[in-house]
Amino acid sequence: MKLLRKILDSQAHIFEKGGKLEKLYPLWEAQDTFLYTPGERTRDHGPHVRDALDIKRTMSMVVIALIPCVIAAILNSGYQAQSWLAAHGGTPNPAWIGSALAALGLETGTIGAIVVHGVLLFLPVYIVSMAVGGGLEATFSIIRKHEINEGFLVTGMLYPLVLPPTIPLWQVALGVAFGVVLGKEVFGGTGMNILNPALTARAFLFFAYPAQISGVQPWVAVDGFSTATPLSQFAASGHVVDWNWFQAFIGAIPGSMGETSTFACLIGAAILIGSGIGSWRIMVSCLGGLFGMSLLLNIVGSDTNPFFGVPFYWHLVCGGFAFGAVFMATDPVSAAISDRGKFIYGALIGALCVLVRVLNPAYPEGMMLAILFMNLFSPLIDYFVVKANAKRREMRLAVQQ
Amino acid sequence: MEALLNLAVKSIFVENMALAFFLGMCSFLAVSKKVETAIGLGAAVIFVLTLTTPLNNLIYMHLLKEGALTWISPSFATMDLSFLGFISYIATIAAVVQIVEMTIDKYSPKLYGALGVFLPLIAVNCAILGASLFMVQREYDFAESLTFGFGAGTGWAAAIISLAAIREKMKYSNVPPALRGLGITFILAGLMAMGFMIFSGIQL
Repeated sequence: MKLLRKILDSQAHIFEKGGKLEKLYPLWEAQDTFLYTPGERTRDHGPHVRDALDIKRTMSMVVIALIPCVIAAILNSGYQAQSWLAAHGGTPNPAWIGSALAALGLETGTIGAIVVHGVLLFLPVYIVSMAVGGGLEATFSIIRKHEINEGFLVTGMLYPLVLPPTIPLWQVALGVAFGVVLGKEVFGGTGMNILNPALTARAFLFFAYPAQISGVQPWVAVDGFSTATPLSQFAASGHVVDWNWFQAFIGAIPGSMGETSTFACLIGAAILIGSGIGSWRIMVSCLGGLFGMSLLLNIVGSDTNPFFGVPFYWHLVCGGFAFGAVFMATDPVSAAISDRGKFIYGALIGALCVLVRVLNPAYPEGMMLAILFMNLFSPLIDYFVVKANAKRREMRLAVQQ
Repeated sequence: MEALLNLAVKSIFVENMALAFFLGMCSFLAVSKKVETAIGLGAAVIFVLTLTTPLNNLIYMHLLKEGALTWISPSFATMDLSFLGFISYIATIAAVVQIVEMTIDKYSPKLYGALGVFLPLIAVNCAILGASLFMVQREYDFAESLTFGFGAGTGWAAAIISLAAIREKMKYSNVPPALRGLGITFILAGLMAMGFMIFSGIQL
């Protein structure tokens, strides 16, 4: 380790002011602070205490919490495709994965084939997302002379996880470019954006290319696959025929790559809450909002729309609710900041998610849009919470006097 | 009653004046710097819309529409004055805005100062005229136009207030110099419209 530090220090002058490559300082700074905590300390009289838990450490923690979801994403996208192939035959989509599996001598339906198939589906999307998004991030940081923010490691990982395995790679690149540039960089980079960049990217694709990504088409990476997702089965008949609750809970259902497994999201939630990085207030109130709204709709009922009767424990495991509540809604930048505001913000997300699923026939899933919508209103929630607090304290003061 | 409630929800969220039709953009972009001012303007717009849409509905139904004048004399059955629509609606709107302006000036001079030129400009706020024209086009009756006017105003107010809160938060942002001010606000309005698309497609 000391040797590495020495090498880094001996190269530092090239990138610092006046050095040959000073323009590339953000790149240098990024890898240096990624490997070591920054050397800056709290000064003698400074009002702010420098904590070793900087953005990089925070974001790395989120990436760690995402690992169960990545594993679930790989296993499930492979499993969905392979189990369909084993039962019905057909060719994987894209076709080169089929040739790759054949070249490796993996038989359809075996565990090896499932894992390799899943990796071959997830990795290209992840690589494109990181390469395009990271490239744009680096370009902006060099031109605008700010540090490279590790927020991107999280965005670049969240984004492939909310995409279906069948997505064309050029759409991945286009979406992440929109999310990083218009969702984040025009506001000044990590910590200054209004909307969650990964969600902005996903929503952009959702509205721009509804054919591939709206969830009406099935999302299993095999040609000729035809089964409705659990949420669309609910919309049609009010119950799910093809899967039981436990399968939906562990994530063995078709859907966006990382969103299907509520179990993996719960592990992630435990890591985030345990390390104090994700806000339990938002997660709990999301759950509360979901529970309250689905119960209300159950009571109201409807003769024409069987979706009204879907119980909350199905809402919990279907679609992207768990993933959104744990990883997207808790984004510290775009969520409400005040503690009281977080409860309101989370509850409204949960309620809106169920409302959109049940009442809006245009979209089968509402979690992503519910979070995006509440991102718009989180500054307003904070504003009113602060106002109410100020008023309460004024009254308290008036009473004392 | 249920139909009216549906219309209210629809005009607030699904067909938001500012973010689905992009009406009333000039004051939407210009007066959204502070939440307090935005709330004031939003309230004024709600008030003006709730008054003018049903008023214009009465004018359209009883004076302008083809055959509307039969209450004076049956011989006017073929008379169609709807070509006078624009000027009559604008006149109503201008009159109501004038009243609102005088009221605010008297009771809240501070808000009057903050709203500045945009208060009289409500008269030419396209969201206000737009609501009256939608009312005619969709053939709302009196109760419906009252609901629609209130809903459209509320939706517009919600949009401008949330934009103002976002812009207050954005003082911590580091926007590229070329985009500062209106440029970033346009981008923001676009992103907000994307967020509001959550409601598009809801059938009520």
